[in-house]
Amino acid sequence: MRAIEFQLNGAPVRATAPAGTPLLWVLRDVLQATGTKYGCGKGLCGACTVHQDGRAVRSCMVPFEQVAGTAVTTIEGLGAGHPDGLHPVQRAWLEHRVAQCGYCQPGQIMTAAALLAAQPKPDAAAIRAAMAGVLCRCGTYQRILAAVQRAAGS
Amino acid sequence: MGGSWHGGLGAMRLGHLTRRELLLAGLSGTGALAVGVYGGFRLGRRAERQRRIVPPREQPFAPHAFVAIDTAGLVTIWLGQAELGQGVATTLPMVLADELGADPERVRVVLAPADESYGGQLTAVSSSVRDHWLELRRAGAAARELLVAAAATGFGVPPSTCRAVGGAVVHPDSGRRTPFGALVAAAARLPVPTAPALKSPDEFTFIGKAMPCLDHRSKVDGTARYGLDVRVPGMWFAVVARSPALGGRVAKFDAAAARAVPGVREVLAIDSGVAVLADTSHAAMLGRDALRAEFSPGPQRWSSAAHWQHLAERAAIAGQTAQSRGAGLAGLTGPGRLVEAEYRLPFVAHATMEPMNCTAEVRADGCTVTVPTQAPQRVREVVAAQLGWPASRVQVQPTFAGGGFGRRVAVDFVVEAVALAQRVGRPVQVLWTREDDFAHDHYRPSALHRLAARLGPEGLPLAWHHRIVSPSILAQDPQFRAPVDPTAVEGAIDLPYRIPDQQIEWVAAEAPCRLGFWRSVGHSLNAFAVECFLDELAAAAGADPVAYRQRLLDGPTAAGHRAMLDLAVARAGALTPGPGSGRGVAVHASFGSVVAMVVDVQAQPERLRVLRVTAAVDCGFAVHPDGVRAQIEGGVAFALSAARFGGVTFADGAAMASNFHDQPLLRAPDMPQVEVHLASRAVPPERLGGVGEIAVPPLAPALANAIHAGTGVRPRVLPLEPS
Repeated sequence: MRAIEFQLNGAPVRATAPAGTPLLWVLRDVLQATGTKYGCGKGLCGACTVHQDGRAVRSCMVPFEQVAGTAVTTIEGLGAGHPDGLHPVQRAWLEHRVAQCGYCQPGQIMTAAALLAAQPKPDAAAIRAAMAGVLCRCGTYQRILAAVQRAAGS
Repeated sequence: MGGSWHGGLGAMRLGHLTRRELLLAGLSGTGALAVGVYGGFRLGRRAERQRRIVPPREQPFAPHAFVAIDTAGLVTIWLGQAELGQGVATTLPMVLADELGADPERVRVVLAPADESYGGQLTAVSSSVRDHWLELRRAGAAARELLVAAAATGFGVPPSTCRAVGGAVVHPDSGRRTPFGALVAAAARLPVPTAPALKSPDEFTFIGKAMPCLDHRSKVDGTARYGLDVRVPGMWFAVVARSPALGGRVAKFDAAAARAVPGVREVLAIDSGVAVLADTSHAAMLGRDALRAEFSPGPQRWSSAAHWQHLAERAAIAGQTAQSRGAGLAGLTGPGRLVEAEYRLPFVAHATMEPMNCTAEVRADGCTVTVPTQAPQRVREVVAAQLGWPASRVQVQPTFAGGGFGRRVAVDFVVEAVALAQRVGRPVQVLWTREDDFAHDHYRPSALHRLAARLGPEGLPLAWHHRIVSPSILAQDPQFRAPVDPTAVEGAIDLPYRIPDQQIEWVAAEAPCRLGFWRSVGHSLNAFAVECFLDELAAAAGADPVAYRQRLLDGPTAAGHRAMLDLAVARAGALTPGPGSGRGVAVHASFGSVVAMVVDVQAQPERLRVLRVTAAVDCGFAVHPDGVRAQIEGGVAFALSAARFGGVTFADGAAMASNFHDQPLLRAPDMPQVEVHLASRAVPPERLGGVGEIAVPPLAPALANAIHAGTGVRPRVLPLEPS
């Protein structure tokens, strides 16, 4: 078993799990933060995307020891400090009525937020490329792309 | 429309709770108006006399199973249908809220447990809104009439001079206003009206207009709870090693290596395989990886090549007649040109983003099952039978589902969770990995279609013969006796086109796998064959595919098809020229609605680009227009994934499907621009059409027809881009 300390959504946490456990499962099963979703376990679908020190990472591919001493933000913490507790990307998601089943949307939103943090005014091609890594089985892509554009403009 | 709130009411006291009984009278006591039987499931609308009881409520005012209001004015609306992404968690509550005159900011939606009080809860065949919206309107209207009566008494005015709006009853003449919360105590003492007056369409506030999406906030802030998010104190997580080949059984297993994985608590054989139970999901997965299990080979060792050979052999025999018109098969014989074609469609997986899962707890006094399901009442029946208990001891609580598409009509994952929870005496969450989900799905059936048509002097078809060879979904049920599986021929019969002689046949085939309902079911297969073949006939006749269809859509039953085809073509504008540029059309009716699609592509040898999809949709009346648009956009993406990449093959009896690298889905850069045009009607017709599945059938044939237009190559086998 390994124990590590890191910042989760702005608060210090301590997590203990067998060495090599992916961050996804430490979040979901140890820390009970279930907003981050399991979709494939192989880094193929992007549903588990979170931010590590502001950078989008796939939590199913990150051994949890690697986040020791870093700041992890999940969908539950993304809106902290923003009006009504919603990051501009989350607000754009509501405006464009993006969600259908909603299961992949935490990964979509975290990916979009990381894109806009790195590149505040991406063009349409850059948005499409950045969002290519997150699958949506309901097929909400048209609204996802429009919402990212909207968030980039606001 | 059945399932209606007609009838007399009684009220009784049960402890401190008010319970009301609702007697559904006023409907014929004999037989059914429109009861469908679909794979052993009874669908919707029972017309026999039924008795509905409002479950115990904490709220003082609970006139119906679907609605209650507390003294603070908070309106609780129970959703009896499953929210899978199709938007019923908004549409159905907002229908009730509209009739009630509620303030949507003061509405709370609760996912209802499995309970007869909510009527039929099976969420399938695009039925949720069309089968339930009038029932919810009546529930809202009845509650509104009670609140208005209570307010009018307080105001000392006739109820007809008051109205409910924005969560309050107002008396416009005097400007007086009383919020719902202050009225519930008085309203609860009044008899519930048996036939409340519904709003006229010009009074609708939300119906047919914009609706606030009630579940979207939780779906963007991470608080929406899906089945995999269920956490119960003391629970174990379970992952099951299953036989790769269908029907294989556990021969032997060695649990030592699995037990050595940190966090693994137990290893148990169950009917479907060997379960590894652990403190965390990941430990259970690692435990299963470490487990050494061997399975008997099972009754058959199908490969895909053998399966296609089997279908081809079956295609040589005459099938059961599903529909015959005019001279039937004899019409093929005679002068004129004979055109023939064969189409093949593969098995396809559902691939919901949230894999199958179920959380169960079996105690001495009862069983609790928390599960994303499309069939909560069936879950309850199956679990009760499994435990040998009365259904009253089984509680089934649905959660949000991360996609359904028909997969969650099945209950295999529920049976696993209940068996394990009973064995270990603690709550168990069974979770399927993505690999489990792909390799052990109940796939959309494969199909081989042979079509032949005889063309008359003007190139129009005089005779049409369609032989469908496919494994049967419904015949998996040993009770199934009909000569034709209706899900195998839906969309191939009742053609809208004027063709004098028609013969549509079905030949049953064997399958290497379990089969299931997959968004739009038989329509997704048959629309491809019918609409591609019609394009082939147009080409043989040297006719424009749109004009050819228009000439054949001239009968009274084809008016809807014709109107949507004309609308889609009119709105599609001009095709952008370019290398491999092509446009294809298709029009198809399913679930009571008609959709026409125009698909524009640039089809080049190295890359297929789907640029634009223009859809014209007639669903009778769009209760939630933006929700309809969303379903069409999503349905296009879903169907495009299948047409381009979807296909599960088999080797040695096992599905060759594991994860998104070998079962790719459409990704954002390949999403075409989708434009949706809704046939507008101010007044809802007596019966609405469905929405959730209707965009799927026309997409693949319109795409194939576009590729043909752009390249001269006629795709007759799906998927277009097998991995």
